[in-house]
Amino acid sequence: MPDLAILIPSVLNGLTTGALYALVALGLTLIYGVLHIINFAHGALLMIGLYAVYFLNVQFGVDPYVSLLIVPPLMFALGYALQRGIITRAGHGRDENILLVTLGLSIVIENLSLFVFKSDTRVIDTPYSFEVVEILGAFLPLPKVIAFVGAFVTAGILWVLMSRTDLGKAIRALAKERKGAKLVGINTEHVYAMSFGLGIACLGVAACLLLPSYYVSPQVGHGFVLIAFTIVVLGGMGSFVGALIGGLIIGVVEALGGLFLGESLGQIGIFVIFILVLIFRPTGLLGHKV
Amino acid sequence: MLEVTSLRSGYGAVEVLRGIDLDIEAGEIVALLGSNGVGKTTFSSVLSGLIRPWSGTIRFKGEEIQGLSEQAIVDRGLIHVPEGRHVFPNLSVRENLELGSYRRGRANRARNLDHVVDIFPRLKERFAQKAGTLSGGEQQMLAIGRGMMAEPELLILDEPSIGLSPLLVEEMFDLIQRLNSDGLTILLVEQNVLQSMEIAARAFVMENGEIRLSGVASVLMDDPELQRSYLGLA
Repeated sequence: MPDLAILIPSVLNGLTTGALYALVALGLTLIYGVLHIINFAHGALLMIGLYAVYFLNVQFGVDPYVSLLIVPPLMFALGYALQRGIITRAGHGRDENILLVTLGLSIVIENLSLFVFKSDTRVIDTPYSFEVVEILGAFLPLPKVIAFVGAFVTAGILWVLMSRTDLGKAIRALAKERKGAKLVGINTEHVYAMSFGLGIACLGVAACLLLPSYYVSPQVGHGFVLIAFTIVVLGGMGSFVGALIGGLIIGVVEALGGLFLGESLGQIGIFVIFILVLIFRPTGLLGHKV
Repeated sequence: MLEVTSLRSGYGAVEVLRGIDLDIEAGEIVALLGSNGVGKTTFSSVLSGLIRPWSGTIRFKGEEIQGLSEQAIVDRGLIHVPEGRHVFPNLSVRENLELGSYRRGRANRARNLDHVVDIFPRLKERFAQKAGTLSGGEQQMLAIGRGMMAEPELLILDEPSIGLSPLLVEEMFDLIQRLNSDGLTILLVEQNVLQSMEIAARAFVMENGEIRLSGVASVLMDDPELQRSYLGLA
């Protein structure tokens, strides 16, 4: 049993990673909860966000945190356009079609980026990349601490949006009662696209918070999206709070797994949890709530 | 206020409405009666834009509205309270009502909210509760209240009494009459012939996608055909 001096940093590290996972999962769960589609292009779109942050930094010297004002709105627009222009049109309202369309999108996006960007792993260099903060005696990289706070602020903004604004109420209403929504005059296609856009904007935020302590390559989304799916299942499909809690749990499990079993087996705990949840609590920790 | 001429519509290749003519004057309650499956709900859905008409015209306040989107029809003040309520189960009563003014009546939302809970005091007690946890009668009140939030000029009530206990049905019809006496024009779509006729000025009886009988409610009540087919009287 390792002592606390090792355990605490490991748990804190897991929490910071988990908050970012949660952010990716929030977008996924929002899209699932409202549109009832599993967005297989989620990882590919995260990758696009990361490249956007990367090139803004390398070409124009824009700090990743300043990109928070640029990339999420662009990702929102991209999500809105994808949903209205491609996914709805090609899906014809059938779930299995939509599933294949998002899968196809992810293949196209990833291979295009392989072609354009090559499979190099790229990182950015910021003055604070290697700064650390001391918390509870543990030294944590500053970008990860910022990411942790940023993920919660984003979740908070999303919560206010969903519970306090007409758009948020319309999104939640449409998730469960399409006919009622139409009859109060909600433009369903627009609100569906807004939901998809918001989910993708979450990825834009995640990209800005992630890049200072991470890297980008055409395949970078894979790891995230698999974990995000696990989080969504763990937290309960469509549940925001579930996604947040699930993200943190998974982050910590991964960190502790890495500590006890070694870096390469670190993720095994995630998938053990995934299978256990599916067997014993298929609705997730907070299932049936939107 | 509403003038429907030779309206035809249906699903796929199946014709459900075979040329409907119907009119509603401002301030009236008009009942659209008929048993299950004659096309009443299809008719309301065409009026509110959920289903496209095949042919015919719908004039609302002098303007042709057939084929417009649901939103455009809500904008004009034709509000449809659907059969089966279709309230938002995962939203609170308050949020349901607020969304009633998503497109229309938004400026007066606070005032209309007070007005609606005046009419339905029981909704006030349930304000923070999720609509899915309400009883059938309460959900019906919520559905009507949600419709009222859009400041309707014509309110379509599709089967408001369905699934309610006899006592509640009585209450519901009293309420519809009260809304009407406050100046609201209502199209009451019902299977409940007797009680609908009591509060309606005029009635249309539908059969097999067509209007079979129509006229002033009190006169229609004595029609031998209506008595035979719908009231089970000799």
